[in-house]
Amino acid sequence: MYLAAEHFVRAPQWTWYILGYFFFAGLSGGSYALATLLRLVGDARDEAAARIGFYASFLTLLVCPVLLTADLGVWTRFWHMLVNVTPGDPGLNFTYGSPMSVGAWVLFVFGLFAAVSALEAFVLDRRGRSTSSAGPARPLGGVLGRGFNIAGGILALFFASYTGVLLSVSNQPIWSDTWMLGGLFLASGLSGSAALIALLTRYRADAVFSLGRLNEADGYFSILELVLLVAFFITIVAAGTASLTLPWFPLWVLALVGIASPLVAARGHMRIRPAGGSAVIARAGTDTLVVSVLVLLGVLALRAAVIFSAQ
Amino acid sequence: MASAIKPGESYGFFTDTSICIGCKACEVACKEWNQLEGNDPKFLADSFDNTGQLDDQNWRHVKFIDNVPDQSVDAGNGKAWLMMSDVCKHCKHASCMDVCPTGAIIRTEFNSVFIQQDACNGCRNCIAACPYSVIAINPKTGTAHKCTLCYDRLQDGLQPACAKACPTQSIQFGPLAELQQAADVRLAALHSQGVTQAELYGRDDKVYGGLNAFFLLMDKPEAYGLPNADNAGLPSRNDLGGYIAALITAVLGTIAGIVAFRRRGTS
Repeated sequence: MYLAAEHFVRAPQWTWYILGYFFFAGLSGGSYALATLLRLVGDARDEAAARIGFYASFLTLLVCPVLLTADLGVWTRFWHMLVNVTPGDPGLNFTYGSPMSVGAWVLFVFGLFAAVSALEAFVLDRRGRSTSSAGPARPLGGVLGRGFNIAGGILALFFASYTGVLLSVSNQPIWSDTWMLGGLFLASGLSGSAALIALLTRYRADAVFSLGRLNEADGYFSILELVLLVAFFITIVAAGTASLTLPWFPLWVLALVGIASPLVAARGHMRIRPAGGSAVIARAGTDTLVVSVLVLLGVLALRAAVIFSAQ
Repeated sequence: MASAIKPGESYGFFTDTSICIGCKACEVACKEWNQLEGNDPKFLADSFDNTGQLDDQNWRHVKFIDNVPDQSVDAGNGKAWLMMSDVCKHCKHASCMDVCPTGAIIRTEFNSVFIQQDACNGCRNCIAACPYSVIAINPKTGTAHKCTLCYDRLQDGLQPACAKACPTQSIQFGPLAELQQAADVRLAALHSQGVTQAELYGRDDKVYGGLNAFFLLMDKPEAYGLPNADNAGLPSRNDLGGYIAALITAVLGTIAGIVAFRRRGTS
C-alpha cells in the first residue's frame, strides 16, 4: 500500500475562491495549449480559432491572481509567495517540493506568455491582415514565435494540471489518496477549453472552420478524462475514502454529463462541413452552445466535487 | 530539567500519558503565557473535554478518550480513561514545512518548528498537510498558529509553560536525547509491571523521522487519533507520482490535439 488511508487532519477550508481559481486556471492553461496546437499543427484557417484561444487564455488568467489573493488570510502579503521575508534570509522563494510555491511562479511566468500572446493576437486582428500564421506580418513569427508558443504551451499544460497535484501533496482524505488529480484536472481543463473556444467561435465567423476539429479534440480529451476519473475512483476505493464522495453525488453526475457531452457530439452530427449550408451550420451552432455549456459546467462540477468531498 | 537551555541543541517534550490526570493545567498555562484568548466556552457533552481540538487558540489539548468497558471487570484488571495532553509534534520531517510556499515555517535553533507570524500570508497549505490537525488560522490575524515550543521562553533559558505547570510531570521538557533515555527507562518499567500495551510514539524515526514532542501511549496510536507508522505519510509522497500522471496526460492530450488539428486540407 503506497498511500495513506487513515487521516486525522483538519480541512484547510479551501472553498469558493479556490474552486474559481482551479476552474479558471484549467481554462487558461488549456486554452493556451490548444491555441498553440491550432496555430502550429493546424490549417492556416485555424489561426482565427487560435487567436480566440489566446484571448480566452489571457482573460481567464486575469481572474486567477485576484481569486488567489482574495483567499489568503492576509491578502496584502500575496507577494510573500515569491519573495522570502525571513529576517537574515532575503531572496526569492522557490520550494520545489511545494506545488503551491511552484504554481505561484508558473502563474507569474505563464501570465507573461499569455499576455504577450494575447497582445500579439490583438495586434494581428487590429491590422486586419490575413489570418495566415505564416509570413513576416506576425510580430512573433518564425522560429522565435514558434518557440515562444511552445514554451508557453508547456507552461500552460503545467498551469492547468498543477492544481490537482497541489491537492494530492497534502494529507487530506481523497486528495492524498490518489495521484490522478493532476492528470484529471488537465484533461478536464483541455476539454473545457476546447468547449470554450468552440463556444466563442459563434462570435467570430472566420473561426467556424475549426469547430469540427475542436469538437473532435474535445471528444479525445473527454475519453482521457473518463479514463482518469475511473482510475481516480479505483485509487480512492482502494484507500477506503470513496464514501466521502457520496454526499456530493449530484456534482459527480454533473461532471459525468460534462464528460459525456462531447463524446455524444463527436459522433458526427456536429461536424461543420463547408458544403453543409446555413441550416447545418445553424443547427451546429445551437448544439455547440448546449454542449459547450454542459462541458464547462462539468469542469466546474468536477473541481467542486473533488474540493468539497475532502472537506 | 537541570541543564541550561542552549541554542544548537534539540529540545522537545516527552509526554507520558500513563500519569496524565487530565487537570488541564498545561492548557491554562499555555494560554496564560502565550496570551491566547481562547475560544468561546462550549459544552461538548463528550467526556470532560470541552476544549475539543488543537487550534489557533488551543496549543495544548488534553484528550479524554473513553476506554471504559460497558461491563464490569475484575478488580485490578479494569480500564480507565485514556488522557493525553496533545501538542504540536515538532516533527523531524515536518509536513507543514515541506509545503509552506512562503518560507514562513522555519526550524529554530532549538530544533523546533516555528511559524513566523510576519511572514505567513494565511494560504492554509500547512493546514492541509499537517497530519495531526495541529495548525489553524487565527481569524483576527489571518495567519496560521500553533505551539511555538515557547520559543520566547527558550531564548530566555526558561522551559515551556505547559511543562512548567504540569503537576504530575506527565509533560517533561528537555534535550531530546535525555528525554529519549528517560522514556526508554519508563517504558521498561511499565513493561516489567505487566503493562505490555504501553508503547512509545515518535521516539524512533518510524513516524515523520521522529518527533521532538513524543509520547508514551497506553493504547494503539489510532485510539488517540494519531496516525500509526503505516499511515504516517509525508505530503511529498505524492509529489512525483502526481506530476508523472500529469505529464503522461499532457503527452496524451498533446497527441490528441495534434491528431484533431493536423493539417489535412478541408475537414
